[in-house]
Amino acid sequence: MNETLTYILTIVGELFSLLTLAALLIWVERRMLALWQDRLGPNRAGPFGLFIVVADTLKLFFKEDWIPPFSEKAVFVIAPAILVITVLLSFTIIPFAPGILITDFNIGILFFLAMSSLGVYSIVLGGWASNNKYSLLGALRGASQMISYEVFMGLSLMGVVMLSGSFSLRDIVEAQRNHWFILLQPVGFVIFFIAGIAETHRLPFDIPEAESELVAGFHSEYSSMKFGMFFIGEYLGITLISAMVTTLFLGGWLGPEFLPPICWFALKTFAFILFFILLRASLPRPRYDQLMGYGWKVLLPVTLLNLLVTGAVVLLLKN
Amino acid sequence: MELRSSLVDELILHFGESVFTQQTTADEITTLWVVKEKLVDVLSYLKNDHPIQFSMLYDLSAIDERSYAKKNNHHSTEFTLVYHLLSFKRNQFIRLKVALEGEFPKMSTITHLWVAANWYEREVFDMFGIQFEGHPHLKRILMPLTWEGHPLRKEHPARATEMGPFKLWDEKQDKEQHALQFQPEDWGLKRKSADTDYMFLNIGPQHPGTHGVLRIILQLDGEDIVDAVPDIGFHHRGAEKMGERQSWHTYIPYTDRIDYLGGVMNNLAYLLSVEKLAGITVPDRVKTARVMLCEFFRIASHLVWYGTFAQDLGQLSPVFYMFTDREKVFDIVEAITGGRMHPNWFRIGGLAQDLPKGWDKMVSEFVAYFPKQLREYHDMVMKNSIFKARTIGIGIYTLQEAIEWGVTGPGLRACGFEWDFRKKQPYSGYENFEFDIPTAQNGDCYDRAVVRVEEMWQSLRIIEQCLNNMPEGDYKSDHPLTTPPLKKHTMQDIETLITHFLGVSWGPVIPPGEAMSCIEATKGSNSYYLISDGNTSPYRVRVRTPSFPHMQMLPYISKGYTVADLLSILGSMDYVLADIDR
Repeated sequence: MNETLTYILTIVGELFSLLTLAALLIWVERRMLALWQDRLGPNRAGPFGLFIVVADTLKLFFKEDWIPPFSEKAVFVIAPAILVITVLLSFTIIPFAPGILITDFNIGILFFLAMSSLGVYSIVLGGWASNNKYSLLGALRGASQMISYEVFMGLSLMGVVMLSGSFSLRDIVEAQRNHWFILLQPVGFVIFFIAGIAETHRLPFDIPEAESELVAGFHSEYSSMKFGMFFIGEYLGITLISAMVTTLFLGGWLGPEFLPPICWFALKTFAFILFFILLRASLPRPRYDQLMGYGWKVLLPVTLLNLLVTGAVVLLLKN
Repeated sequence: MELRSSLVDELILHFGESVFTQQTTADEITTLWVVKEKLVDVLSYLKNDHPIQFSMLYDLSAIDERSYAKKNNHHSTEFTLVYHLLSFKRNQFIRLKVALEGEFPKMSTITHLWVAANWYEREVFDMFGIQFEGHPHLKRILMPLTWEGHPLRKEHPARATEMGPFKLWDEKQDKEQHALQFQPEDWGLKRKSADTDYMFLNIGPQHPGTHGVLRIILQLDGEDIVDAVPDIGFHHRGAEKMGERQSWHTYIPYTDRIDYLGGVMNNLAYLLSVEKLAGITVPDRVKTARVMLCEFFRIASHLVWYGTFAQDLGQLSPVFYMFTDREKVFDIVEAITGGRMHPNWFRIGGLAQDLPKGWDKMVSEFVAYFPKQLREYHDMVMKNSIFKARTIGIGIYTLQEAIEWGVTGPGLRACGFEWDFRKKQPYSGYENFEFDIPTAQNGDCYDRAVVRVEEMWQSLRIIEQCLNNMPEGDYKSDHPLTTPPLKKHTMQDIETLITHFLGVSWGPVIPPGEAMSCIEATKGSNSYYLISDGNTSPYRVRVRTPSFPHMQMLPYISKGYTVADLLSILGSMDYVLADIDR
């Protein structure tokens, strides 16, 4: 009984803090971008403009929720939900700290990959159901981009799996007590992070949205909270990728004793979130075919090579 | 002078005495009336066979002569077509005129000689109702398809109040709605090829990537552009028509808004032409102050282009830094002129005021501050490898093609051709400044960017020279047609008082004649071809803007690229919608 209660509390707590965090990230991103772009950013509502989060959320809720008459209605409504659901489900396997973990899957990494594959559907279906040419182009771009980068994402993690000998994220964190995997798997780390940016379709890989080309890409027709789902989903996605990087390569909650484990985890994750925002502030976007060429011609061979070398070294050390 | 008459002699020798009549104009351009039947031959000869090679169709426009006030010795009493050709080889213009008769006269097309003639002929058709026989696609270009009448004809009203109240009857609404229906065939596009159905995508008129109300109809095969058709005219405000009812003086603010990033540079193009007609020479201080302001606006305009170009390629931050620096330019402009984007500060024969006290301090601060910024932007944008990957080898055209299509300005120089009107046909004292003409070799999007970035450095050099060598003297010339005239004499003698009074109330009366100016504006060469019939307002104002032919070239240079590349091409073109539509 007690255990069940803890579970429920963890789930509710995690859900609450994640959604709050995603909303807060709107503020963080706008303020940080403003800082880097010599602007002020939202600074009027409340201390440091923090209440802009409330205002933004209210605005999203009260905007007219327009479903275009030319759209495929059922799919149009479901699509944004898929994104948020898959991302939130992925969080169930992430060990935030010892004891703060919803489920310790022994196939944790595979579950994460599966969920992110499902996430592609939200973009494809959303773009297709909108029945708008910009959306369709965005959806097509998004589909091929995310499916391709999933390949490298999966492969880049295999090094970590070999080193730790487990798919479970808790085991992977435990295996990093001596040294973080970023030291042993620098190539895997870089590739995973790049693939992560492509998965969350953030600048420089925001090709499915590409404002100056496709207006808003796959979510051009969405308004109100349906757009809000895509919006929140994107921030949740950033948080997820940052949390995964932290867990897989930076020792998760591990860190010196003077701070509790959850703080270490939060700090590392937040650093990566900031890095995501910094990327958005600095880089232009490559062309769609350049992105694909980069993936298949550069990242794939490098990933395979990394896998081969890691495997060989692991075998050698075992013998 | 000798060269010119030799050109005329040669043409007479080749075509016979009866074909040509020479006309004297207030500018230095050789002007010939050509017999209608011979015109195409003459043009073809001048372009292809004549040793001087007038290889660029610089401008093509028309004049409605029917209400010309003074009895002129023109050959034309109804309509005149005016062709301006430019020879790069001899650095010389030639102006050919053809008299046309009838209510809606006809003329044969020259689109087979210059592809650039296509849009110009459409514009003449749209504005005057002159038909061009053999034109591939003669339909309205600036006005809505349902427009009645041809605006630049003298009988067409210039004010809405002359047209009676507007009523949108049901049938009129249906007609308008019907005209908006998209039929690919109307635009010369096919719906499908042997193996694909094409997708038609409207970029604009409301689109974040077009920087204004421009519509581009894309014919797509996947994401590859099969064809692109620009639909312009959304920003058409009838600047040429407005000129005909404004006084010479009150038209100046309208020019500000043509290339709205170019500010006073537009004033200069217009005024150079007016001053040629009026025979005014301006003092050195005026010339130098004008040059300085123009170069500030060149920097401001290029900064907008720089930032938005980077933004089109997905780089979000540079535009903020560049707009901040543009504000610094505007601070100076504001201190000097009182205005920002549209200062309306030059006057016929001078400036609105003298330079204010302390202007030199502001300018020297900027000259010291700006190089560091330019260097930083270069590292941030031009050296960025993704930026390079998006622009190098995209939207290429050769020098030959550029000239054929009427490309001027940085777009021409990016093809490796050192051509700048500030150097080649100096105006307003540019001959006294030391600066280089930046060029690049490949004619792709990146090279066009390279040229513009380097131009900012050169502009800064010119500004520095203005700062160090600003001549003392009057800010207006001592000429009766200077508007408003210098006031220092008005209280002393009655003659000047009367001229002042008339000049301020009616506006100046500019002597009959015609003149064209040509300046190197921010986006290419900008010309005002003005005709006066001795009245207080121009008889005809023709504004030749660089963006118009540049946009015409878009389909040619974007075929075969992708939608994403189209944004690079548009960005590197650096157009302004008001500069296209006027």
